[in-house]
Amino acid sequence: MASPIEQFQIKPIIPAIGFTNSSLFMVGAAALIVGGLMFASRKRAIVPGRSQSVAEMLHEFVAGTLKDATGADGMKFFPLVFSLFMFVLTANLLGMIPGFFTVTSHVIVTFALALLVIGTVVVYGFIKHGTHFLGLFSPPGVPGWLLPFIIVIEVISFLSRPISLSLRLFANMLAGHIALKVFAGFVVALLGAGGAIAFLAPLPLLMAVALMAFEFFVAVLQAYVFTVLTCIYLNDALHPGH
Amino acid sequence: MDPVAFKYLGAGLACIGMGLAAMGVGNIFGNFLSGALRNPSAADGQFARAFIGAALAEGLGIFCLVVALVLLFT
Repeated sequence: MASPIEQFQIKPIIPAIGFTNSSLFMVGAAALIVGGLMFASRKRAIVPGRSQSVAEMLHEFVAGTLKDATGADGMKFFPLVFSLFMFVLTANLLGMIPGFFTVTSHVIVTFALALLVIGTVVVYGFIKHGTHFLGLFSPPGVPGWLLPFIIVIEVISFLSRPISLSLRLFANMLAGHIALKVFAGFVVALLGAGGAIAFLAPLPLLMAVALMAFEFFVAVLQAYVFTVLTCIYLNDALHPGH
Repeated sequence: MDPVAFKYLGAGLACIGMGLAAMGVGNIFGNFLSGALRNPSAADGQFARAFIGAALAEGLGIFCLVVALVLLFT
């Protein structure tokens, strides 16, 4: 029986330019987003049709999340946040189709996305606030003797942000897909055992169906969590100093 | 015992942390639900905050899972 982590194997498709199945699904996700949104907004009707309503709901949802976390002046980051949300959501959902490759189940992909977010926060924070941005590391009202410890803790917590942001998304997708494969493997193993044991095979199959539904929920939830945390980190760049 | 056995023992021990993270996430949603039942009108506004807390608590459990996976598959 195939190993449960075999589904994450990267296979080159065009070795000359390093184009792999991961690249293929990234391009596919991007094409799906651009194509879908252009299709949805082709009429620009005042009274939206079905596809335009979906696009508007996605837009309003991300815009509302961003505005809640950062206020009105955070809306200049809307293109970044919306692109991140749509890419993570589409990549997660594409991976749920059996046989398809899950782009976000590789830590290098999610870490690149997280570095993009934290890089934006650091660069924008220093451009907008200069050295005042470092006030992020010293909360007001802390007694002087405690300040060195607090600054060390705050710096460590800031540096661990890209790691936790990327690991959360990656490990959720990885663990979910491994669990699905393990339960599917139980079905095969029970059927292969033959005799009376084979009648137990539908039980892990039911579990796999339930897990599949749960994985769809996780795919959407993790895209949302990634977006919300991005908004919160961007809020630090816009309004440092707690 | 040979080192491979210790590797699998370490992976199993790392999974204890996931159980602890489960307690944290359950605590957050349990308290959110009990608060929401007392004041349902205020619940919708705090929904996103509950999920952020759950995501942060879950992230630490995920670190344990990554430690276990690294031990198992490298």
